[in-house]
Amino acid sequence: MLLEVDNITLLYGRIQALHGITVHVNEGEIVALIGANGAGKTTTMRAVSGVRAIASGRIRFNGVDITRMRADLRVIQGICQSPEGRGVFPGMTVRENLEMGAYTRKDTGNIAKDMDHVLDLFPRLRERFKQAGGTLSGGEQQMLAVGRALMSRPKLLLLDEPSMGLAPMLIQQIFEIITEINQRDGTTILLVEQNAQQALSRAHRAYVLETGSIVKEGTGQELLHDPAVKDAYLGVA
Amino acid sequence: MTDVRTRWRDFRHGVSARFDRLPKASKIGLIVVFIVFLYALPNKGFYEYLGLPLGEYIPLYTTRNDMATVLFQCGYYILLALGLNIVVGYAGLLDLGFFGFFAVGAYTVATLTSPRSKIFTEYNWLESPWPWLVALPIAIALSLLAGVILGWPVLRLRGDYLAIVTLGFAEMIRIVAQQNDWIFNGDRGISEIAHPPGKNADGSPIFAFDAKPYYWLVLTVIIGMVFLIRNLVRSRVGRAWVAIREDEDAAELMGVPTYKFKIWAFAMGAGIGGFSGALWAGQANFVNASTFRLEQSILVLAAVLLGGAGNIGGAILGGFLVIYVPEWLRSIGDVFGLPENVRIAGEPYDISATNLRYLFFGIILIVVMIFRPQGLWPNRRRAAEIKDREKEAMVGA
Amino acid sequence: MNELINGFPVLTVTGLTQGAIYALVALGYTLVYGVLRLINFAHSDVFMIGTFGAIWTWSAFGFDANSPRPSVGGALGLIALAIVVAAILCGIFAMLVEVTAYRPLRARNAPPLAFLITAIGASFVLSEGMAAFTNRRQFGVPAMLPTDPLFSIGSWQVTPLQLTTIAVAILMMVALDWFVQRTKFGRGIRAVAQDANTAALMGVNKNRVILLVFLIGGLMAGVAAVLSDMKAASTRFNVGFLIGLKAFAAAVLGGIGNLRGAALGGILLGLAENYGSAVFGTNFRDFIGFLVLILLLMFRPTGLLGESLGRARA
Repeated sequence: MLLEVDNITLLYGRIQALHGITVHVNEGEIVALIGANGAGKTTTMRAVSGVRAIASGRIRFNGVDITRMRADLRVIQGICQSPEGRGVFPGMTVRENLEMGAYTRKDTGNIAKDMDHVLDLFPRLRERFKQAGGTLSGGEQQMLAVGRALMSRPKLLLLDEPSMGLAPMLIQQIFEIITEINQRDGTTILLVEQNAQQALSRAHRAYVLETGSIVKEGTGQELLHDPAVKDAYLGVA
Repeated sequence: MTDVRTRWRDFRHGVSARFDRLPKASKIGLIVVFIVFLYALPNKGFYEYLGLPLGEYIPLYTTRNDMATVLFQCGYYILLALGLNIVVGYAGLLDLGFFGFFAVGAYTVATLTSPRSKIFTEYNWLESPWPWLVALPIAIALSLLAGVILGWPVLRLRGDYLAIVTLGFAEMIRIVAQQNDWIFNGDRGISEIAHPPGKNADGSPIFAFDAKPYYWLVLTVIIGMVFLIRNLVRSRVGRAWVAIREDEDAAELMGVPTYKFKIWAFAMGAGIGGFSGALWAGQANFVNASTFRLEQSILVLAAVLLGGAGNIGGAILGGFLVIYVPEWLRSIGDVFGLPENVRIAGEPYDISATNLRYLFFGIILIVVMIFRPQGLWPNRRRAAEIKDREKEAMVGA
Repeated sequence: MNELINGFPVLTVTGLTQGAIYALVALGYTLVYGVLRLINFAHSDVFMIGTFGAIWTWSAFGFDANSPRPSVGGALGLIALAIVVAAILCGIFAMLVEVTAYRPLRARNAPPLAFLITAIGASFVLSEGMAAFTNRRQFGVPAMLPTDPLFSIGSWQVTPLQLTTIAVAILMMVALDWFVQRTKFGRGIRAVAQDANTAALMGVNKNRVILLVFLIGGLMAGVAAVLSDMKAASTRFNVGFLIGLKAFAAAVLGGIGNLRGAALGGILLGLAENYGSAVFGTNFRDFIGFLVLILLLMFRPTGLLGESLGRARA
């Protein structure tokens, strides 16, 4: 198991946002977390990446206990998150943003090659290479955020709402790229999505969250055809 | 350590809960007793009555400086802190030049009441000096006006920019005061400022050079001010201030005229600052430009935040501590019998507590803020918010 | 007004010199503000420590306020040495301030105003500590560079001190700009300034970046301290206060958090003060600086160049 999240709870002030979440991700998988707004998907992601401290529970990654590890050290361990709301550095160029992704890497020789690879995945970024991140369109910023996360050569890529605010055509495109990253490069992916249809059809396994707890888990296909899930999240009666 | 802290917390909560449960009459009685205690503080006889050995070291009494003078200083700093607390604590506006309003109040009283003021000696604008009591409302009104005039352009600025502009304002007032050939007479200053009125039974003036009556006067003003501010904060105005502090944009959307209420807060604070300055000038009898150093603005701000912004009790506690602690530290050398000087390589170094007191005070500020970032006696709601923030800290940050 | 027209060349050169010193100190305020959104009040006292660092360095070589002037080569060497010592000393003290006064508060996620109080506390500790250490005495600065004009073009005269000050300041600013814009550490600083959480997700150690920022600010203040020593010819434990205030005003003038803004703001403030004091009298030197600042903020509420630490467009 690459990632084990064991019964974690998390507080926002006095409000308990997570009530004992247990999630695991195997090497090479795409795992999706789906659920309504405020269900705790993004919070779970933040706990894994270390932006938020958890109140109880354990998180293990690649056999190492990272429960109390700082966020930046988790990157060195091989976890990289593309944050919700994209989190592109607005004052840096596309190039600098991508270089930020490789901040922790010691193998400087391979960075240029990886940047080329990312630019092949997202040709739009090549066109905007010298432009400031803040001047990109929403879709371009999303691509930049994903590309930047890839630049760290993560063992586990955390994608928080990669389709948020994108046009339907771009959503399709970005999910194709996600599948490609997973299949060609073998990168393990933990995905948080509102777009349950896309997420479930791409994911090997998925968890359904409701108000800070996991209410269902299964393979992507199982959940895609689960009547309750269909009813609540897929918008088909 | 933790054990002591929890026990202390339990004790504190216990006391405050017991106080809350008391019938109203007993509450008022306790408050009256406390106020009487405050009035008794500067009398040396009071400490003898308590059975404390005089002549030796008394823990509360500041032995290196007259207790009444120290208490009066505490008093006008408390008044300043109460004023600034409205601006910083309630309305959330960072004002680094608050002492400027104190200067406006002090100089107004000085120029209007001193026979040596250039108003009478050179410009002949007025016939004869005014009594202190007549100049007082003018001083308050002018400081209030200064608050409005300064607030009108700068209150549209955001937090940190407001800070530097107010800082600049206080500095500009000082520079104007420093001009020798102008009305404020620079560092030569204005002497013979009138004292507050009143005569003792034997016909001697109450307000002369003894600091005690001034302390009692400022204490009375503080008590009055506390009632005034309490009522104000519980009114519509106070709620508007809190709304502005919490989320200015939201307040604006809810239809609170934020700009107007910000000016209100600024002017109120300025008026209280000017009041404090007028009281001080009445006691000091002399003002000059170097009285108004910028460090003092910063000390008042330290008072508000150390005590706990947004709480009247906190402002009072803070105002008291920033004067009292450094003064009290003067005598700490006597407690431990430390020498005043040491010679290192032939050169004498002054290591008396008097000389080092602000060094210690700086350390105390840092330590208190690390362990109580919400201040010593914060507003309950705020303290809770800050506790919550603490829990949300990043992992290992 | 006549004084301004007749003295314009002299006023410009002295204004640039003073402005260069403001600018170097302003960089420290702006860097820390850019990354932490915090007014580092103790920065002026870090600068003050640098002014003593220089004096101690020179006295170690036997130079005090009454010594004869060394040869030009010797003077340049001594200045360079003093700059290194003062910069290191200031860098260390700036980092000490961060570690003792700010980091513990960050760990507890304290509200912004609490930082202001520890900043004031740290400022008291540094200045009063130095006051006790130096017996509150004023120290004269040994004469270093010759005072007669180095060259003059018409009525434009430049003394060796002015030339050195401006040259060193420009050198430092160019070096800093290169560091922040072109190096990996510089990218880390900008990343934390623009979005600290995302920077952590990229593997940037926020505390290390903050420490680095304090170090750089301290280094700049140390360089400024040596230049300021030679200009003012004396120093005291409270010397940082006024320069710190002006430098902070300069940082705000240029747009706080913006490095090039701090440089621009410092130089403009130095010039405005000199021109203004020619018109309104030297008594109003300090008045003018703040007047300019207040007027500017009313029309451009975020300073001349706006807030941004090393934005790409700058």
